[in-house]
Amino acid sequence: MSKKFLSGNEAFAEGIRLARPQVISAYPITPQTIVVERLSEMVEDGSLSAEYVHVESEHSALSCAIGASAAGARAFTATSSQGLLYMAECLYYAAGGRFPIVMMNADRSTALPWNIYGDQRDSLSQLDSGWIQSYAENAQEALDLALMSYKIAEDKRVQTPYMANLDGFVLTHTYETVDIPARGQADKFLPPYETDNRIDFDSPKNMAFSAGPDTNCIFKYKEHKGLLAAAEVITETEKEFAEIFGRKYTGLTENYRTEDAEYIIVTLGSIAGLCRETADKLRENGVKAGVVRIRYMRPFPNKEIADVLRNVKAYAVLEKDISFGNEGTVFTNVNSALKKAGVDVKGYNFIGGLGGRNISGADIGNIYTSIANGTESVNFIGIGGGDNGK
Amino acid sequence: MTEVLWLGRGGQGAFTAAKLLGAAYTIDDDIKYALAFPSFGPERRGAPVRAFTKLDTKPVVDRSQTEKADYIVILDDTLYSPQLQGLLKPTGTIIVNSKNDIDGALTFDADSIAAEFRLPTANTVMFGLLVGLSGVVTSDEAVEAIRGYMPAKIQERNISALLKAVQEVAE
Repeated sequence: MSKKFLSGNEAFAEGIRLARPQVISAYPITPQTIVVERLSEMVEDGSLSAEYVHVESEHSALSCAIGASAAGARAFTATSSQGLLYMAECLYYAAGGRFPIVMMNADRSTALPWNIYGDQRDSLSQLDSGWIQSYAENAQEALDLALMSYKIAEDKRVQTPYMANLDGFVLTHTYETVDIPARGQADKFLPPYETDNRIDFDSPKNMAFSAGPDTNCIFKYKEHKGLLAAAEVITETEKEFAEIFGRKYTGLTENYRTEDAEYIIVTLGSIAGLCRETADKLRENGVKAGVVRIRYMRPFPNKEIADVLRNVKAYAVLEKDISFGNEGTVFTNVNSALKKAGVDVKGYNFIGGLGGRNISGADIGNIYTSIANGTESVNFIGIGGGDNGK
Repeated sequence: MTEVLWLGRGGQGAFTAAKLLGAAYTIDDDIKYALAFPSFGPERRGAPVRAFTKLDTKPVVDRSQTEKADYIVILDDTLYSPQLQGLLKPTGTIIVNSKNDIDGALTFDADSIAAEFRLPTANTVMFGLLVGLSGVVTSDEAVEAIRGYMPAKIQERNISALLKAVQEVAE
């Protein structure tokens, strides 16, 4: 183990080096560029033995990773924003083909207006593509997820590609101290990839085939079950990770001071730390504030969300996303979890940080005040309400 | 928490200085934490850039931009404006690389020290002045950060410039 002062991108690249992918396909895009630059340096200096393929587009980057995975290789790619959207067609191929590729996505705004800064509209627009989706809060978690991602994705019960999301700039370009696990320990944790889902000249099989109306639904059902199975595999993987590396993670969600909380902000990604700090301050003034950080949007933590919000007076969902004409997508998912569990509490949506706009501690304090007093169902931080029928 | 706001122009190394301070503060220390980040955006030579370093004895989880700084370090005096006082804590200090006096700020001719060591920019000199004035890190820690995070061929000149700046403040 060694300690280094690294950015989120650099920390993620360190985690990928430890995971030993055999093929890396990459097309650079801000704010993802540094992760693929670092990996190319690692391949160049021999500290990572991988085929590094510099492709001509994001569509090709993921196509190349799919081809590598179909040959039985552990494959990695990374993208962001317009790049993710450009490769959208291939996302579904990777998931439907059950290729456990890992991809880092640097969460960034989508055009127009053109903007390179962070928000989560790119990845959240692809929730239905069949990928596991994690959202890291800090560089250490990003590194640890890079290492855990392959173990989760490649598990026989899961066999599903994994999208590790890092908030653009706020996480990808922010430097902090991270522990880099020792290579021997990482190898013990993550053995080489072995699969039957690959091209094998000794035992030829049909791959990436068509399935008509009679069987298509069965494949989709199995794909769904594979993604659902990721929930328990994530728990098992984090337990093993904690035993080897000593760092504990809490599954699909992370709760903070929620036991007796009356007001909770549900959020995801790097803004969660400021939410916790704000909750601490409010508690000094007698407000029972708490925070739920969603770590995985897929599989979605339906039960965890319903359990933690069951007894609150009101909750807010704070997200860097808007599904135009309705509300934030995370809010929709949270509300569905509550409805299924028969939980009926007041909930409000706060849209913030779009195109990289700073969210301050005062903004978060205002969210707690607003949900205690009641407000519009959908609120744009610092701008106003935008309801679509209450 | 100690917060430092760095102002410079693209190419002057304000973010490198912000990063070095964070690295120096956390070197070989399990109870010290730091965040360093630039004002995000495309990097253009000559354009004004801001960078932030946050230092604390507990994990720094607030990733928002600094609203009140303990120190504002300005690498280019054309970027100084009196409005910057509003970004300063009451006990805060503004340090400017300038040959001229500026009301409400400490000025040093950092460019001359940089030139003395054949450095094209004064970022490590300003880092040294901050170290000397604030004591937030020791000069040993600052030197170790340069050794750990700057390219080998420019380490020694930057270390010499930094130590000269620390000495300058002591005098």
